[in-house]
Amino acid sequence: MELKNMPDLCVKIGGLVLKNPVMTASGTFGYGEEFADFFDISTLGGIIVKGTTGSKREGNAYPRMAETPSGMLNAVGLQNKGVDNFISDIYPRIKDINTNMIVNVSGSTIDEYIMVASKLNELDKIPAIELNISCPNVKEGGMAFGTSCPSAIAVTEAIRKVYHKTLIVKLSPNVTNIAEMAKAVEGAGADSVSLINTLLGMAIDIERQKPLLSTITGGLSGPAVKPVALRMVWQVAKAVKIPVIGLGGIMNAADAIEFMLAGATAIQVGTANFIDPAVCPKIIDGINDYLIRHRNNNVNEIIGKI
Amino acid sequence: MKVVSNKNLNTKYFLLTLQPPDNMPVILPGQFAQVEIKDAKNTFLRRPLSVHDVDYKNNTIKLLVQIIGEGTKKLSEIKEGDSLNLVYPLGNSFSTSGADNVLLVGGGCGIAPLLYLARLLFEKNIKVTTLIGGSSESDILEADEYRKYGDVLITTLDASIGEKGLVTQHSVFNSDKFPYTAIYTCGPEPMMKALARIAKEMNIRCEVSLENMMACGIGACLCCVVDTNEGNKCTCTKGPVFNYKELKGWS
Ligand SMILES: Cc1cc2nc3c(=O)[nH]c(=O)nc-3n(C[C@H](O)[C@H](O)[C@H](O)COP(=O)(O)OP(=O)(O)OC[C@H]3O[C@@H](n4cnc5c(N)ncnc54)[C@H](O)[C@@H]3O)c2cc1C
Ligand SMILES: Cc1cc2nc3c(=O)[nH]c(=O)nc-3n(C[C@H](O)[C@H](O)[C@H](O)COP(=O)(O)O)c2cc1C
Ligand code: FES
Repeated sequence: MELKNMPDLCVKIGGLVLKNPVMTASGTFGYGEEFADFFDISTLGGIIVKGTTGSKREGNAYPRMAETPSGMLNAVGLQNKGVDNFISDIYPRIKDINTNMIVNVSGSTIDEYIMVASKLNELDKIPAIELNISCPNVKEGGMAFGTSCPSAIAVTEAIRKVYHKTLIVKLSPNVTNIAEMAKAVEGAGADSVSLINTLLGMAIDIERQKPLLSTITGGLSGPAVKPVALRMVWQVAKAVKIPVIGLGGIMNAADAIEFMLAGATAIQVGTANFIDPAVCPKIIDGINDYLIRHRNNNVNEIIGKI
Repeated sequence: MKVVSNKNLNTKYFLLTLQPPDNMPVILPGQFAQVEIKDAKNTFLRRPLSVHDVDYKNNTIKLLVQIIGEGTKKLSEIKEGDSLNLVYPLGNSFSTSGADNVLLVGGGCGIAPLLYLARLLFEKNIKVTTLIGGSSESDILEADEYRKYGDVLITTLDASIGEKGLVTQHSVFNSDKFPYTAIYTCGPEPMMKALARIAKEMNIRCEVSLENMMACGIGACLCCVVDTNEGNKCTCTKGPVFNYKELKGWS
């Protein structure tokens, strides 16, 4: 293999250098370790670990998942052991994985977000956080912050003051004007935006005449949301100057390339990891092959061509 | 994996024999596979299915499957020579030590994970009895296979074979000299809960295999949790086999 002729897959997001644009989406890839049996996870551009909150959360009651045509609904509700446990137990295990290990941060109040972000700011091997202001599965906070501009600005500004590395803000698709939200958080100091989180949905068991999820509503993900996600990424990429990270229903390299053409500098793979735990390296290879076929030396050449 | 054979046991159940291209990993009794279902319109996720039996000599595993909905229907149509993508082996296992006389109880397709277990227990000189329950004779599967490793008891709701009633109504539970020191079971949750109550009364061990809905099967999504004394645990990695005492609302 002649490395000289291989296209350059490297992209930049704020202060981050990604060896390729393929990352994994929060809540779908555990802490990375779960996938180490399937492929070399250090080949990824980045790993966004599970949503982390100020203290331990049990999440919502079972059932938390329902399959839908071309997708699934989840209502996990941010089950995690809290930021202190992350720092003492998980961080030492994952800190030497040779890729960008990014923590997804969530909370019920601005103070909780600040507490988590300031603690993560001290961890050398965590180069960025992804602020989750878009979780549809918790009663307080979560999506409430991400569906109104003033509260999105307030939480982003507060975190910007205490977090000094790369700050990605993850947007909710459950809004009428996504570009406006993106511009609001850009103005508040975000280095990048990622979108989309799940779309609010529901499903009913008609025989039992009961909702399929314990929480009645949940977040839709998978190929079912892709056209919506792609449209939103395109709108946001046109509206902001900061790099956009695109996700929602990406199952293969072709999907990933669509997002990049629409303006995404990097992409995240979520639900697809459940169908094929080794899908990410295939997506990286597929992007590489596409660039060779289209005679591009550098992946940045295709970003935002639409 | 290559499909070596697909045998219809009757209109509701089928038995797949599969061969991986490489040598089989070590598989524990009670573990399962996440099986990809191709070309089914509404089946997006993999389907969790227990390993029914393992044959290291011929490098094959068996899956015993009940046709429930679109996914399992599609799987039932797979042909010899086709290939099937499995992520396996997943999950924990039943205990194979600590009890010398074990009663295995399977409700319908719940017997699936118990055959390999029965053989391993038998090979360790642990006495095995299998109690199989179903609505009718057509739900009583593979009884002769289980007979290789010990006695087989049967109940059916319509009394078409064995004693009439639910597994928990079998006369073995009424006898004064209930000889078993552990119950291992898989099947409908109400059945397993009733068995857990019996085990509690008799003060013997009882392990149950749960069939929670799963998305990833490898501990990454947290969709499959069960409420335990230590909070929510993933059925796919900390289970599917649990001692009933760990589970909230079971004892
Ligand atoms: C660890 C484990 C081991 C299992 N072992 C066996 C086995 O050996 N043999 C066997 O016949 N069945 C087994 N099952 C049950 C089997 O997974 C379901 O019957 C199957 O997924 C149904 O799929 P379907 O598309 O045919 O039905 P659907 O129409 O999709 O669903 C019918 C019902 O099946 C169950 N189900 C559907 N999707 C899932 C899912 N992703 N995870 C769990 N349950 C689901 C639900 O209760 C649902 O209401 C096991 C389940 C688990 C969790
Ligand atoms: C089971 C599950 C859990 C998730 N947990 C989180 C989370 O903790 N934080 C977050 O920001 N997004 C979470 N998400 C949303 C995903 O990161 C992603 O935004 C969404 O699933 C869309 O991408 P996809 O279609 O590729 O899965 C979760 C999604 C799923 C399916
Ligand atoms: S099915 Fe995903 S964690 Fe168990």
